[in-house]
Amino acid sequence: MSAASNDIALRTGVITRVAIFAVLILFAVYYLLPLFVMLVNSVKPLEEIRSGNMLALPEVFTIAPWINAWGEAQIGVQPTGLSPYFVNSIMMVVPAVFIATFLGALNGYVLTKWRFRGHRIVFGLMLFSCFIPFQIVLIPMARILGLLGIAGTTWGLVLVHVVYGLGFTTLFFRNYYDAFPSELIRAATIDGAGFFRIFRRILLPSSGPIIVVTVIWQFTNVWNDFLFGASFADFDSQPMTVALNNLVSSSTGVKEYNVHFAGAILAALPTLVVYVVSGRYFVRGLMAGAVKG
Amino acid sequence: MTRFGLKLSASLVALALVAGGPAAAAEEVEVLHWWTSGGEAAALNVLKEDLESKGVGWQDMPVAGGGGEQAMTVLRARVTAGNAPTAVQMLGFDIQDWAQEGALADLNELAASENWDTVVPAALQRFAKHDGKWISAPVNVHSTNWVWANKKIFDELGIAQPNTWDELVAALTKIQDAGYVAVAHGGQAWQDATIFDAVVMSVGGPDFYKAAFIDLDPDALGGAQMTEAFQRMETLRGFVDENFSGRDWNLASAMVIEGKAGLQFMGDWAKGEFLKAGLTPDQDFLCFRFPGTDGTVTFNSDQFAMFSVGTERRDAQVKLASSIMAPSFQSAFNVVKGSVPARTDVSDADFDACGKKGMKQLAAANDAGKLFGSMAHGHAAPASVKNAIYDVVTAHFNGEFDAATAAEELVNAVDAAQ
Amino acid sequence: MPTRLRATAQDLLPKLVLSPSFVLILIFVYGFIVFTGYLSFTGSRMLPSFDLVGFANYFKLFSLRHWSTALSNLAIFGVLYIGICTVIGLGLAILLDQKIRGEGVLRPIFLYPMALSFIVTGTAWKWFLDPGIGLENVMHLWGWESFEFRWIKDRDMAIYTIVIAAVWQSSGFVMAMFLAGLRGIDNEILKAAQIDGASAWKLYRRIVIPMLRPAFLSAFVVLAHLAIKSYDLVIALTNGGPGRATEMPATFMYSYTFTRNQMGVGASSAVIMLIMIASIIIPYLYSELREKRT
Repeated sequence: MSAASNDIALRTGVITRVAIFAVLILFAVYYLLPLFVMLVNSVKPLEEIRSGNMLALPEVFTIAPWINAWGEAQIGVQPTGLSPYFVNSIMMVVPAVFIATFLGALNGYVLTKWRFRGHRIVFGLMLFSCFIPFQIVLIPMARILGLLGIAGTTWGLVLVHVVYGLGFTTLFFRNYYDAFPSELIRAATIDGAGFFRIFRRILLPSSGPIIVVTVIWQFTNVWNDFLFGASFADFDSQPMTVALNNLVSSSTGVKEYNVHFAGAILAALPTLVVYVVSGRYFVRGLMAGAVKG
Repeated sequence: MTRFGLKLSASLVALALVAGGPAAAAEEVEVLHWWTSGGEAAALNVLKEDLESKGVGWQDMPVAGGGGEQAMTVLRARVTAGNAPTAVQMLGFDIQDWAQEGALADLNELAASENWDTVVPAALQRFAKHDGKWISAPVNVHSTNWVWANKKIFDELGIAQPNTWDELVAALTKIQDAGYVAVAHGGQAWQDATIFDAVVMSVGGPDFYKAAFIDLDPDALGGAQMTEAFQRMETLRGFVDENFSGRDWNLASAMVIEGKAGLQFMGDWAKGEFLKAGLTPDQDFLCFRFPGTDGTVTFNSDQFAMFSVGTERRDAQVKLASSIMAPSFQSAFNVVKGSVPARTDVSDADFDACGKKGMKQLAAANDAGKLFGSMAHGHAAPASVKNAIYDVVTAHFNGEFDAATAAEELVNAVDAAQ
Repeated sequence: MPTRLRATAQDLLPKLVLSPSFVLILIFVYGFIVFTGYLSFTGSRMLPSFDLVGFANYFKLFSLRHWSTALSNLAIFGVLYIGICTVIGLGLAILLDQKIRGEGVLRPIFLYPMALSFIVTGTAWKWFLDPGIGLENVMHLWGWESFEFRWIKDRDMAIYTIVIAAVWQSSGFVMAMFLAGLRGIDNEILKAAQIDGASAWKLYRRIVIPMLRPAFLSAFVVLAHLAIKSYDLVIALTNGGPGRATEMPATFMYSYTFTRNQMGVGASSAVIMLIMIASIIIPYLYSELREKRT
């Protein structure tokens, strides 16, 4: 018998381990299935899709649907493919993620290290905003965007996404900074360091994990949003998801499923990359902040 | 991280300014529509190029989904924000609703000079005019009470074109017994309602149709004839395959095209699918009116409603409306789309057999006063009523209650929606 | 004097920093909620109007057959979705925590569905569930002729297909939350218990799972609000069909507000949804913020 291991792992025999592994693999198949269907069918010619097995590997391999979806498919009147909308999405996502994360960090800092009377209520009110159903804000939001003169612009969309991202970003940073030793802050104050100096020199450098979680969360939400993108964008600021919907759910015509799947994967690629690349930090970040009671 | 982010967002600002800056220089129209698929979008491209040749730029704002539902939500946001597009693809009562809100432009000057009053059928003017003012430019007329049949199956089983309800049932029985799917159908609320339109017309004729769907008369909605209409829906329900639920209409068309199913009840846009598959009307497939509705036409009409825009965009808007109404565009567009022109003086030379038939029948029905707006497609009653009827029709078609209960429910639902 | 002034500035600065966010949320969340509440008492149809009609919209709402369908669907969906996600999430987290080789590969596989919206995966899911193309067809092609899986076509079963897809999307995320919780547990306690000879089952049931209480709470709140807000996946999979069998409150609210031109009724359903969300979230917030008092 080996000595007690230093984690929760149980002392298990080979059979149990194989069984555990089998269960995990089984679930991996369940999770991968839709992506597999999309991938496999995006490289088949249309005839093969129509006559064949959804799970079968392609007999004839073709990259044409991908090229079509990216640069040639009819999105509206113009056969532009998804590429111009990809750029629109980037222009929207980057500032929306950056501003919401930055504000969230400052809010979390204030709510944990510079508490004032009523800070709990303020935080509670901000947190509840995470749970508002977005459909109800469409009309009044449109009115306000119009009044501000940014209706139909990328900046209008950025504002919308920042506002409805603030609740979560504040939550993440607040829980993270809550665990941060207040003694350090107090010592720095006595040394004469100001509000921003403490933030920049002491808190920010150790915020890595929670910044990762926040950026992943906000990036995914903003990138995947359809409702706001469709409602508040103009002809020249429509994001990727709206274009994908135009490609996929047109009401007439032959459905080019291979092109649809290729387009869908293209639209999902940035979020997939973000998840896979930084997934390891995600669990670590959750550990540090979001899941704490 | 911080400095990098700041730099990045600063350069994004610069980029956005460059992208959005010089747009207002030339004359431009912004058009919100949901024609995003190959054929329709290509047809719209004809309009775009026509305008560009007149020096008017086209800003494309496509929003697909749910037969325009998504686009209508977008429109509401746009108008609320005070940022209305120049023109918006729209159907039936929606146009009137927007006119009611005072959001639409007045096209009377153009209409008078181009004589719209005489060339556009009165049934269309009911939607394109509000308070005596032209507010939108109709592009096409779709008629919805068509049957699309596979000729090979009909010939093989020796079936003649059915002209009455009983003949239709006999024909469908024969097809089903031969091992085919009798009716290719997609179980979506609007498709169920499209059939229901035709069935109601076949049960009670134009007067009953008008009383039920246009006047919303409770006696017609809950009467014995309506119960019979629901019973006929049950009969048809027995002829669809078991996978019908949720299927898109074009996949149902494909079943007829591929010889798996005998026929489909669908509007004339289905023709495009048959033509694209290389089939020829009257040789490979048949088009005829829903049995018992010959001589009457239920229609829907795509129009471009013109929104009140500032004077600087007004000139381009008038040019757009004029181009839409030009006979050459009406012909070119509708040949592709499968519908017929929205004006009665367009030559039918470029249309195929089904198209010619459709144009003739439309003109005849118009003259005889038998041209009615389709309930299923929002041209008989406002959206709230239409959807209330959808609820009952689709619930009944999926077996939630029997015909008599359905008729009762119909009265309640319509009442609640008004 | 100058020091006092500086002190006041120092005092004000944090509030000043917080205030833009707070004001934004006051306007764009609470202002809009008040606005929606007001609309629910008006006869608004296509666009907001301001003629008060009392509780008429609420009476109408609760007399509508498919509002009750939507509520009972939410009950079925909510219970199954939250229950199954929690069980799978916890199970996978425990298994993955057994020093499994390849964890680095498996974890992103479990997690990635959360990164995709149903606009992206909708078509694939529709295919998968459709008897003519999907699982049933594949099984037939592989020689299992009698296999049947046609829930999506069945009025009574369609709601369960929505559960399957929803669990697919969120259970990996729940797994991550539990995994984070498990990794945060102090190992000394476990070592002691193990030395005492506690069985694996007992160890988890008596010690580990109770210690995961915060993770359970977080998971519950995240899942509950996702359930109430679920819209995309219903639209993508069934669009409310067959018939109106898979209508949910969010799809109901959208359709009355935007496609049926009965904005007043739509607003009243939104208010009911907000009340449901509040009744879940507020007790959670209350306990959360009280316990934190130090």
